[in-house]
Amino acid sequence: MAGIPHDHYEPKTGVEKWLHERLPVVSLVYDTLMIPTPKNLNWMWIWGIVLTFCLALQIITGIILVMHYTPHVDLAFDSVEHIMRDVNGGWAFRYLHANGASLFFIAVYAHIFRGLYYGSYKSPREITWIVGMLIYLMMMATGFLGYVLPWGQMSFWGATVITGLFGAIPGVGGILQEWLLGGPAVDNATLNRFFSLHYLLPFVIVGLVAVHIWAFHTTGNNNPTGVEVRRKSKAEAAKDTVPFWPYYVIKDLFALVVILVIFMAVVGFMPNYLGHPDNYIPANALVTPAHIVPEWYYLPFYAILRAITFDVLFLDAKFLGVLAMFGAIAVMALAPWTDTSPVRSGRYRPMFKIAFWILGFDFMLLMWCGAQPAEGLIPLISLLGAIYWFAYFLVILPVLGWTEKTLPVPETIEADFDAHYPPKSGSAK
Amino acid sequence: MSEDNGNRRDFLYVATAGTGAVIGGAAVWPMINQMNPSADVQALASIEVDVSDVEPGTQITVKWRGKPVFVRRRTAEEIADARAVALADLPDMDARNVNATPAAGETETFADDANRTLDENGEWLVMMGVCTHLGCVPLGDAGDFGGWFCPCHGSHYDTAGRIRKGPAPENLPVPQASFIDANTIKLG
Repeated sequence: MAGIPHDHYEPKTGVEKWLHERLPVVSLVYDTLMIPTPKNLNWMWIWGIVLTFCLALQIITGIILVMHYTPHVDLAFDSVEHIMRDVNGGWAFRYLHANGASLFFIAVYAHIFRGLYYGSYKSPREITWIVGMLIYLMMMATGFLGYVLPWGQMSFWGATVITGLFGAIPGVGGILQEWLLGGPAVDNATLNRFFSLHYLLPFVIVGLVAVHIWAFHTTGNNNPTGVEVRRKSKAEAAKDTVPFWPYYVIKDLFALVVILVIFMAVVGFMPNYLGHPDNYIPANALVTPAHIVPEWYYLPFYAILRAITFDVLFLDAKFLGVLAMFGAIAVMALAPWTDTSPVRSGRYRPMFKIAFWILGFDFMLLMWCGAQPAEGLIPLISLLGAIYWFAYFLVILPVLGWTEKTLPVPETIEADFDAHYPPKSGSAK
Repeated sequence: MSEDNGNRRDFLYVATAGTGAVIGGAAVWPMINQMNPSADVQALASIEVDVSDVEPGTQITVKWRGKPVFVRRRTAEEIADARAVALADLPDMDARNVNATPAAGETETFADDANRTLDENGEWLVMMGVCTHLGCVPLGDAGDFGGWFCPCHGSHYDTAGRIRKGPAPENLPVPQASFIDANTIKLG
């Protein structure tokens, strides 16, 4: 599939030609910014910019925090308090970084569910989707590693529980866990390597983001109708699209400003709302907090981990829980192949819509379950939630594709656009 | 192809790739191995624990090899409770005790109460204070079986530290331990 036809950069002056023949960097930037973008994108297409902003925010505030942080079990907790109390503006950088992680995950979940609803994962955008899933996994790893660094009680016990997941692997688990920790338990060696990797992974994410953008710039954006941009000629493509600059840049920046108003209010007025008070208690290997809760963005998958409380054949519940947790993300990555429907957008799929919104509710329900103590009905509700999650991707998506009667899909993006915004008669279009 | 088993060039390809793989492995292994426990972490000194102040019905927690170890002096009632449990009622029938040896004619050590404790009378129970589910520290005098309860994911252990209910797969393990005199337990 060739890209959408559009005007490319033409060097005009002598200097431009001289540079272009040696390094076509201006061309790269121009073609990236001027990419023809479907003109009917709605407000759910703003999250890419928000995510890019979050990545930059986390890297910049992170580099600043490292200038004042000490990765040692005896000093880490105090150095974070030093940042909060003594470093000029340190409290602001730390709260931006901690809450920036939450904004990052709000945006990534909105972005992922947008893709699920409008079928953005379907052919030919499978690679964009898979790379996106890799970015999401890297974000989870980075967030976890970073949460260990302040060396509070939740840091320590979160690290103990999560590295324990690797210990659950039959056979090699014990050796693997010891290798990850650098000793028999979470200790200084663990803190040091987590710090090193927490600094590294965001730059891996930067690389993956470049591949993500490259992939969907090759296929073109999806859009709310799921109908492809016509690309027989430049004139035809221009009827379905507008250039990314200035149209979508301005729209996306406006959305970003609105989101940042809320974000800054949280950072300024309730910076610890999403944190756990226990993490302001220094790490103690001899006392487990009464209730270990991961950060909110891991809760749905944490609930799936805890939902498995029974053995199956020779596999024990602990290892099955780990498999279910990672499997829940793996089945999501397989969506391009398990979804058999020829209609891309959920807008024209009445049955799919119901299944999708149940999945959204299921996600929130699992998130709630993950925050509760594993008592009473919680394990059962978590199990039902986990079953629906797997069923959606492995049963509902393939079966709906064969059985569902879909609504008529518009011929072109232009037709859909004109139906929503009728062209004014007489005005130049 | 003039020769049935590949020619000179094929041999060179295989030899080059093979050499490359060996050199690559030799270069990568140290980078992996550096993450294994370092010499100072591995110098796991054994420790001696003074238990002269531990009264029946109480326990102390000591840190050994980075992890908590429970040393509990059990009451007669706790011992009786633990000994009344049938082996078949235990999710994990293995003693998980490195100090115990299988009875005559057996190949494994079962989780009878006598195989869990340090002394003949069953008064002293020494075990790792690390839940076998995901490594939290269970709370003492808690849970449905009067033993330990792990607050993380709801595992219940009985008065012999054996798993009875919840997601943990194994009994709390008994580390290498012995009395070196009436008041001192040596760990490791």
